[in-house]
Amino acid sequence: RKIIFEKQWFYLDNAIGHIYGTTFEVTSGGNLQPKQEVEETTTETKEAGTDNRNIVDDGKSQKLTHDDIKALKDKGIKGQEIVQQLIENSTTFRDKTEFAQDKYIKKKKKKYEAVITIVKPSTRILSTMYYAREPGKINHLRYDTLAQMLTLGNVHAGNKMIVMETCAGLVLGAVMERMGGYGSIIQMYPGGGPVRAATSCFGFPKPFFDNLHEFPLSKVQSLLSGTFTTETLPAEPEENALVEEESNGLTEEKQTSLQETEEEPTTETAMEINPTEEQDTMDVNAEDVEFKENKEKDNKENVREKQMKQWERRKKLIEAAALLKEKNADGLIVASKFHPTPLLLSLLEFVAPSRPFVVYCQYKEPLLECYTKLRERGGVINLKLSETWLRNYQVLPDRSHPKLTMSGGGGYLLSGITVVLEKGKSDSSNPEALKMEEPSSKRCKLQDLPC
Amino acid sequence: MSFVEYGDTIKDGDTAIVFLGHESMFPIKVQHGTVTQTKYGVIRHSTDLIGKKYGSKVTCSKGGWVFILHPTPELWTMNLPHRTQILYSTDISIITMMLELKPGSIVCESGTGSGSLSHALIRTVAPTGHLYTVEFHQQRAEKAREEFREHGVEHLVTVTNQDVCKNGFGVSNIADAVFLDIPSPWEAIGHAKSALKAEGGRICSFSPCIEQVQRTCLAMEEYGFTEINTLEILLRVYNVRTISLQIPDLGKAAEDNSSTDFDSSNPSHPGSPCTNLQQGTVQFKSGVPLREVVGHTGYLTFATKS
Repeated sequence: RKIIFEKQWFYLDNAIGHIYGTTFEVTSGGNLQPKQEVEETTTETKEAGTDNRNIVDDGKSQKLTHDDIKALKDKGIKGQEIVQQLIENSTTFRDKTEFAQDKYIKKKKKKYEAVITIVKPSTRILSTMYYAREPGKINHLRYDTLAQMLTLGNVHAGNKMIVMETCAGLVLGAVMERMGGYGSIIQMYPGGGPVRAATSCFGFPKPFFDNLHEFPLSKVQSLLSGTFTTETLPAEPEENALVEEESNGLTEEKQTSLQETEEEPTTETAMEINPTEEQDTMDVNAEDVEFKENKEKDNKENVREKQMKQWERRKKLIEAAALLKEKNADGLIVASKFHPTPLLLSLLEFVAPSRPFVVYCQYKEPLLECYTKLRERGGVINLKLSETWLRNYQVLPDRSHPKLTMSGGGGYLLSGITVVLEKGKSDSSNPEALKMEEPSSKRCKLQDLPC
Repeated sequence: MSFVEYGDTIKDGDTAIVFLGHESMFPIKVQHGTVTQTKYGVIRHSTDLIGKKYGSKVTCSKGGWVFILHPTPELWTMNLPHRTQILYSTDISIITMMLELKPGSIVCESGTGSGSLSHALIRTVAPTGHLYTVEFHQQRAEKAREEFREHGVEHLVTVTNQDVCKNGFGVSNIADAVFLDIPSPWEAIGHAKSALKAEGGRICSFSPCIEQVQRTCLAMEEYGFTEINTLEILLRVYNVRTISLQIPDLGKAAEDNSSTDFDSSNPSHPGSPCTNLQQGTVQFKSGVPLREVVGHTGYLTFATKS
C-alpha cells in the first residue's frame, strides 16, 4: 500500500522484519535500509570564523542555482552528497562560526536527507503526534496534560473505569494501555457510537477489547432514574436465546484469537488486523445496499445478519448498564467537547466512594462553574483546578537554553476524590423516596442544557 | 487494601489516609485497639474505622469529622515521611508516560529515596511487572523495604542496597525502562544501558541543575542513546474565588442609561445579586493562581536505547 508522509511517498513492504526504531532512507518508491548510524560527517573544514562582523547578506553566497540543485535531485544523487555540494559552493561557510556551520549543516540535512524511523505505537508517541498534527480532534489536550490525567485518575490494572471522551479515542487508548487488559472500561459515548480512530492506532491485542464496554450518554438519565431496563429489554424471549447462542460462538472465537495474538505480540500485525476488519464491515455495508436492490434471499440473510448485530449490540448495552448500575466504578475520566458540569454531576453517581476523578477542559471557565456545582452537590473532596506548563530544552555544549514555552493551549484539569454522599440537606423531615427524587430532578434540569 | 488494588472496606493492618479538609491529611496504620489523635478529637480504630467503607465520614470524639480515604500513590506522595527530597505527582506522571510504562513493564530505579516515585511505578507495572530499585544508603533501603511490605506490594519490588554508579542495578538485559535520580547520573548511564533489554528501552534522568543535564546528555550520546530530549514540567494550581471589583465613581451615577448599559454588557454570574447600582461592584468567578508556586523541580532528560 502506498503511504504519503511529509511530501514523500513510499511502500512499507521493505520495513517488515526489522526491529522497531530502525531508520530508513526513502528512494524512489520503496524503502532502503541504511546503517543505524551514519558516520558523522567529519568536520574536515576546521576553518571557522569567530564572529559575523564580515559576513554580508548579499544573496550571492550560494553559487549553485535553484536549477542546479533541482538537476542534482533529479539525477537521484544521495542527499548527503547534495549537502556536501552546497557546503562547498557556499562562499561564507568558512567564515561562519563553528556553531553556525553546525546549524547550517543540520538545516540542509533536514531538507535533503529524508530519513524515516519506524517506532512502536504508544501513548507517548500517539499523544505527541495528535497534539502536533490534529490538536482540534483531541480538544487541544496536550500530552503532558494527558499524563497528569492518567496519574491523577490512578489508572492501573484491575480498575473499573468510566471514560467519557471526544478525543478520537486517544484518551481511551491511553487508559487501555495503563490497564493492560486487566479490569474493565465503560466508554460513554454521544451520538450513534464511540469514536476509536486513535484507539486502533495503538494496535492493542484483541483480548484488551473483551472488557471494553460502551454505553450511550443519552441513556444515562433513564439508567439513573431506573426507567432504563423496561425501555430497552428485548421483548421476545426467543431473541434472547438467539443472542446467547451468538455470543457463545463469539467468545470461543475470541479465545482462539487470544492465543494467536499472545504468540505474536508484534503490534504491527495487530495494527494490520484492525484496518482490514474495518474494511470488511464497510464492504458488508456496501453489499447490503446492493443486495437489497437485487435478490430477496440475500436480502433476508442480510436482514438476519443485521438483526444479529443489533442483538449483539443490545446485549453489550445491557452488560454495560449492569456494570454501571453497581455504582462502584474505580474512577471517572472526562475529556470532551461538551460542558463538563452536567456530565460530571450525572456520571459521578456511578463512582464508588474514595475514588479519584479527573475532568479535562480546553477552557478554564467551565471548570470554575463545575467546581462550584460540585461543592454544592457534595460527595467530593480535595477538588483541585490545575494546569501544567511544559518547556523543552536544547542541550548542546555551550548552547543550552529553553526551546519553546508551551503555556495555555494545553488545557485545564479539575480533579478530586469522591466520598460517601451526605444524605441530603433536606434530610431531616423527608422520607427516603423524596430524598432520592429531589436531587435527580435537579440533575435532570442541568442535563437538558447541552444535550 | 493494597496500593495496587482497591478494597471497599477498611481492614486491620491497612494504611489509610485521614483527610481533615483543605488538603490537610495524614496517613495512619489501622490497628485494633489503637487510637489516633486529631484536632477534631480521637479516632478509635476498632470501632470508628475497621469494617467501615473507604470514603466514609468518621465523627471524632469532639464532634468534628474527617474522611478516611483509600491509599493511592498520589495521596502517599503528599503524606509520606520524607527521608530525602521527593518527586511529586506532576513530574511522576510525565515520567511514567514518557518511559512508556504499563502493566508488565520491568523498571530499574535509583535512588529509592523516600519511595515516592517507587509507589507510582509499582502501581503502573502491576500485576505482572517488577521494579528493581537501588539505594546506596542502608537505612533508607531498609525503611523502603519495610514500607513496601506494609503496603502489600513487596512481591512487585526488589530493593538493593548498593552504589548504582559503581555496581549498577544488579540486573542486566531485562529492563524496559530506567529512571535515575542521583547526583551524578552520567556515571550510571553505562550501567543503565546494560540493564535495559537488548531490543531497547527508555531511560529518564532527573537533575535539578543544567550542568548535570549537559554531562548526562553527553554520556547518553556516547553510549549510543537516541531521541535525547530534555524537558521541564510545572504545575499551576488555581484557587476558585468569587471576586468583586468596585466600579469607580466617575460622577455618572445619576445617569440611569449608562449604568444599565454597563450591567447588560457584563453578564455577572447568575448567583450574584444585582448590587451593582447600590454598592458599585461587579462580581465574577476567577481561577486565581496561588501566591507562591513551585518554579523549578528538575530537568527531565529522556532517551531511547534501540
